[in-house]
Amino acid sequence: MSSTSVLYDAPGVRAKRRNIIYTALFVVAFVLAAWWILSVMADKDQLAANKWNPFVTDAEVWTTYLLPGLGVTLQAAALSIVIALPLGALLGIGRLSDHAWVRVPVGAVVEFFRAIPVLLMMVFAAQLYVQFSTVSSDLRPMYAVVTGLVLYNASVMAEIVRAGILSLPRGQTDAAKAIGMRKGQTMVYVLVPQAVTAMLPALVSQLVVIVKDTALGGALLGLNELLYQLRPITANYGANTIATLVVIGLIFIGLNSLLTSFAGWLEKRLRQGKKSSGAVLSADDVQQANAPGGKA
Amino acid sequence: MKLRKASAAAAAALVLSLTATACGGGSGSDGDDGKITIGIKFDQPGLGLKKPDGTFAGFDVDVATYVAKELGYEAKDIEWKQTPSAERENMIANGDVKFVVASYSINDERKQKVDFAGPYFVAHQDLLVRADDSSITKAEDLNSKKLCSVTGSTPAQNVKEKLAPKADLQEFGGYSECLTGLENKAVDAITTDDSILAGYASQKEHQGKFKLTGLKLSDENYGIGLKKGDTDLQSKINKALEKMESDGSWEKAVKANFGPANYKNDPAPKITEGS
Amino acid sequence: MFDFLDSGRYDLLGAFWVTVQLTLYSAIGSLIWGTLLAGMRVGPVPVMRAFGTAYVNVVRNTPLTVVIVGCSVGLGQTLQITLGGEDFKTMGFRLAVLGFIAYTSTFVCEALRSGINTVPVGQAEAARALGLSFVQVLTLVVLPQAFRAVVAPLANVLIALTKNTTVAAAIGVAEASLLMKEMIENETSALFAVFALFAFGFIVLTLPMGLILGWVSKRVAVKR
Repeated sequence: MSSTSVLYDAPGVRAKRRNIIYTALFVVAFVLAAWWILSVMADKDQLAANKWNPFVTDAEVWTTYLLPGLGVTLQAAALSIVIALPLGALLGIGRLSDHAWVRVPVGAVVEFFRAIPVLLMMVFAAQLYVQFSTVSSDLRPMYAVVTGLVLYNASVMAEIVRAGILSLPRGQTDAAKAIGMRKGQTMVYVLVPQAVTAMLPALVSQLVVIVKDTALGGALLGLNELLYQLRPITANYGANTIATLVVIGLIFIGLNSLLTSFAGWLEKRLRQGKKSSGAVLSADDVQQANAPGGKA
Repeated sequence: MKLRKASAAAAAALVLSLTATACGGGSGSDGDDGKITIGIKFDQPGLGLKKPDGTFAGFDVDVATYVAKELGYEAKDIEWKQTPSAERENMIANGDVKFVVASYSINDERKQKVDFAGPYFVAHQDLLVRADDSSITKAEDLNSKKLCSVTGSTPAQNVKEKLAPKADLQEFGGYSECLTGLENKAVDAITTDDSILAGYASQKEHQGKFKLTGLKLSDENYGIGLKKGDTDLQSKINKALEKMESDGSWEKAVKANFGPANYKNDPAPKITEGS
Repeated sequence: MFDFLDSGRYDLLGAFWVTVQLTLYSAIGSLIWGTLLAGMRVGPVPVMRAFGTAYVNVVRNTPLTVVIVGCSVGLGQTLQITLGGEDFKTMGFRLAVLGFIAYTSTFVCEALRSGINTVPVGQAEAARALGLSFVQVLTLVVLPQAFRAVVAPLANVLIALTKNTTVAAAIGVAEASLLMKEMIENETSALFAVFALFAFGFIVLTLPMGLILGWVSKRVAVKR
């Protein structure tokens, strides 16, 4: 927070008074907006108790819909990251290869999958499984969503792994060479283990992206994850669409906030506890890895 | 060193949780172990709905249960499986389900891929409007109205191409979103089969709020879809349906599921499928 | 291989044009709202700081799909905020743009905030020594330098936004991915061709963005 204090002086008498006025104006505007939304909602009967009560009084709405939905969300996200991680590590290391015939095609694959929207891959995978496999229809959405997420995230992971390895001090490679390690040995015994710890915060941040993307599968591909529960819940509790959407949104926000603060905690711990190389990839680097051409 | 332990533990936890969840997804059985798998809709009140307590209710469910009983399966031996509209033919052909009772209209295009038993119900495309709205009396009135239906559904196509091409049509993933709009006057009418609409209008949260116009914009003969060429099953199901009608169970099921909507259903149709 | 295009049933360019429009309007809106948010987050008024922080943390952790569906069902269907849209088509488009702005602005805000951190402390101190107020320090001295430092991160946000516009398919906006979904289900024999076509379309959109803005970021970078 060093920059905030630099941008303005410690408030004097007049500045304090001005800040109070700004505060008051802002609070009034905020309250007015909130009041307007709530009153329109009340007007449209959207605040009626029977639309919201089920989430408090009826345990079944949780046990039958929301929790199983959350379970599917977590399952899809976990499967995706577990499959994408080794794949991404291979691609990332491949992109650092000394041989152009490895480096160039791997680079092309990585850049291709980072440049197209993950939804395109999910839709494509869904149809692929319809036409060329015997995967039963109730498992197909899960297959399609995980395939799409893996294709996309493996290429993002590749960038994270590559950045993790590049973030290590040059001395590590030099030292490994000095004691006579071959290229493969240097990678496996020296660089990758250190890069993995440096990458951990970035990996957790990417998990947030994955969790958010699973919702696409519910909205457009019929994966029965958390957002998908909007339909059965509203079919049972009298079209309480807004209430349901708010509850589902809050669950997503809670889950992702947990993951985000876990990533932040990891990053802080790594930065403090690091004695050797001091390389850490942060959430900002993840953002870069998610855009094609962006260097993490 | 401490850190490596932590990351190893995290990885182990991840793998553990994964294997635990991966085991959760069981697959449907074939019906040889005394069970029968039947395809229905899970999200249509009045026809096929998965209720919060995990049981199923609706007219399609009642018909399916009755037919299964005639085939020799108790209610507890039935495994319900969700059959989204686009998947019905596939699931029948793959043998994922024994038969499908899911507001499944009999038509020639579908008959090339599957066989039908029945029909067991005649529905019509209709409009659901707010109870105090009497401005729609014929299909052409829709041209100046805001209309809602489900993405890519046949009734939506029907309106777009034939009934009222100028209507402002909003397409959503499900009817609940349409109902929210209808309730708040963002849309003027919802269109689909009257059986589905009646199911929504009969829900206790909605009673008295909406009504059907009774326009009968099309005829939909609901049949029970089954594997092509399985004439044995077809005739058995047809017999079961005839019995259901003659012993009064059919009438009772209709009243129980559509009654509160003040919905005037057609009488039980004559069985026409099969020899 | 691409003969399904000759039938005239599919308006491919039209769909991508909608994607471009969605991206364009959302980008402009997010830049404005994101800058305002960043201003609030580094400003002297505690309530605004708290609001900015809370807004960014909440919206960033919400799936975009939930934001977009919420805009359509919540704002459009319930509160009837039509944004002047006469029919459902324009209304859906505008609500989608609103959702994209609400979501993308948080990333713009965070990029800008880290950009502000790259501006040397002396710059702001000198500005304050001249007697400039907070708003003057920010708009005249700090932000112009910060913007030049964050062209590359903002380019990434723009590319991510372009890809994210596909989410508008969830509320039926007729952009590229919705057309692809329709085509892929109808033209089953041309599955790979359809996918290649749409992938190519997005690469044509996103790759130049990365290259051009990468070049721009090098040109405008403040040499330190």
